[in-house]
Amino acid sequence: MSSQKKQLIRILAAAVFFIAGFVTNRFSQTAAWIVFLVSLLIGGADVFISAVRNIFKGQVFDENFLMSIAAVGAFIIGECPEGAAVMLFYQVGELFQDYAVDKSRKSVSELMDIRPDFANVKHGEKIEKSDPYDVQVGDIIVIKPGERVPLDAVIVSGSTALDTSSLTGESLPAEKGAGDEILSGSINLSGLIEAKVTKEFGQSTVSKILDLVENAADNKARSESFITRFARYYTPAVVVAALLLAFIPPIFTGFADFSKWVYRALAFLVTSCPCALVISVPISFFGGIGASSKNGVLIKGSNHLEDLAKAKTVVFDKTGTLTKGVFKVSRIVPNNCSESELLETAAYAESNSTHPISVSVTKAYGKEIDKRRITDCEEKAGHGVTVTLDGKKCAAGNLKLMRSLGVRADESVSGTAVHVSRDGDYLGYIVIEDEIKPDAKSAIEKLKALGIKKTVMLTGDSKTIAEKVAKQIGIDEFHAELLPADKVEITEKIIKAEKKNEKLVFIGDGINDAPVLALSDIGIAMGGVGSDAAIEASDIVIMTDEPSKLSTAMRISEKTLRIVRENIYFALFVKFAVLLLVAFGILHMWAAVFADVGVSVIAILNAMRILGYKE
Amino acid sequence: MKKSFRLVGLDCANCAAKMERAIAKLPGVEKVTVSFMTTKMTIEAADDKMDEIVKEATAIVNKYEPDVEVKRA
Repeated sequence: MSSQKKQLIRILAAAVFFIAGFVTNRFSQTAAWIVFLVSLLIGGADVFISAVRNIFKGQVFDENFLMSIAAVGAFIIGECPEGAAVMLFYQVGELFQDYAVDKSRKSVSELMDIRPDFANVKHGEKIEKSDPYDVQVGDIIVIKPGERVPLDAVIVSGSTALDTSSLTGESLPAEKGAGDEILSGSINLSGLIEAKVTKEFGQSTVSKILDLVENAADNKARSESFITRFARYYTPAVVVAALLLAFIPPIFTGFADFSKWVYRALAFLVTSCPCALVISVPISFFGGIGASSKNGVLIKGSNHLEDLAKAKTVVFDKTGTLTKGVFKVSRIVPNNCSESELLETAAYAESNSTHPISVSVTKAYGKEIDKRRITDCEEKAGHGVTVTLDGKKCAAGNLKLMRSLGVRADESVSGTAVHVSRDGDYLGYIVIEDEIKPDAKSAIEKLKALGIKKTVMLTGDSKTIAEKVAKQIGIDEFHAELLPADKVEITEKIIKAEKKNEKLVFIGDGINDAPVLALSDIGIAMGGVGSDAAIEASDIVIMTDEPSKLSTAMRISEKTLRIVRENIYFALFVKFAVLLLVAFGILHMWAAVFADVGVSVIAILNAMRILGYKE
Repeated sequence: MKKSFRLVGLDCANCAAKMERAIAKLPGVEKVTVSFMTTKMTIEAADDKMDEIVKEATAIVNKYEPDVEVKRA
């Protein structure tokens, strides 16, 4: 039998005697006294035992002790039903609270329940179910529809749709086929696939995420430390106030109504437990961290969630964060020929090159390359390519190449461009650009709406490219042509210029920017499952490659902090209201208990609201 | 060295805070966190003092909540 069930049975038994007490009271007061006492002893047995045990261990002001004093004290001054009621309601409240805490612990851990239970390992033709821990790199695993991918792997055969929502928060399934990488923790939705394991379980994505989230609770928020410090003084203060209340007023009335004041003092004691206060803060942050991981944002500590709401400046790394980091043809500007002619010539010229720019040109051309049409292909490093196409001498490359060939090219082009010539005639140029992510612009707009004062972009690219990107997505300030060390310097400068209590967020893809990640108030690594160094150096990891997730995280942070404040103010307000009402004799002792534990339960329920957050 | 423990049956938030404070005062403890929500205790301390500290920390945990079981995580 679970301890909660036992507790429930005890409470029911105590309640039966409690009611019996009222019935007995009609016949004999002494008999009723005994029945109430039985109710108290059944209901409060564990409280009394803990109280005595803790006194021997040198703990004064222990909650159990204070509750016992209150109940026993009520009996001594003849308020037997009150004494029994206090204990009964206290236990009911505690039970509710335990239940609510259990429930919230469970719902958060379910949210993070991405741990695979087993792996189907293929040995020859036989398939064996194994513990993911025992699977080696290079083993072939079989993943059936409906199963979780146990380890990071590469598909060798089969194709399927994968649900990666528990990793990235992305609800659309991802199509994967042979040669594609699959991440542990995602769920196979449609087809049977075989995959080759690339990482041991301990190094797999799923382990990394679990580790990160598990340890998040170790970094406590300032408001949590504040409330535990407050709780340290709260209990002794209430006890002292109770003593004063019991003895000071009766001095003026000649101790005629001493028992009335003792009663009120005892009621003070029952509200001295700071649990409602102490529980309300960590449980809210816990919920906030759970909600963000559900949305594909891993937060490495309550303190970071707290800081995020104070962010006023966001510094972006350009490549890989705001732009895709993949080159794409953006403009084709022909000179005395057609667009398709220019693109075709360029594509054929570049067809043998593996340079990212060449790849983007052949990709834009899109048609099959007939290798028989080209001869004499020559690549000149840092310049471009010359080739003979259909018997004509063609060249594709930068301005240097054109000059060396004596071709008069358009020198005014900004950014990265491939110039093309044929038999000494200039055919025009093709502009290659790193594509801006589709949500980059809206990401900036959302941040502005959330009260971010300044957005900054850092890049190693040329000024013209940086300016264009910045203008296009609405970034306030940019710094171009930077070396990694310059990025650190600039970030330092911005941090220095910040006002107190304002925080700087740096967000990058983790390549080359670990020092800046570590330096910023809040370092965010993006698409971070891959890079260990980035996860290590950052405070927050965005699992997808969408910069707009930052605003999601900020909204969760704001919502969490609002709940934290609500909980703190609400708990403090109820505590003081109860103390005040008790001191003036308006509130009964049992009502005080009920109010007190009720606050914890309401605070917990309030905190759980955040778990439902979804973009 | 860093060690983690699970505090099975931890059900008083204020006790968790008290435990954390008391364990932090033990000589040799570099950092300690007791998380009520994850029921996890993490202790950072020098290797040679670890065993002694774990023993004392367990005693402290049980001083505040005698029914809690300290398990290696």
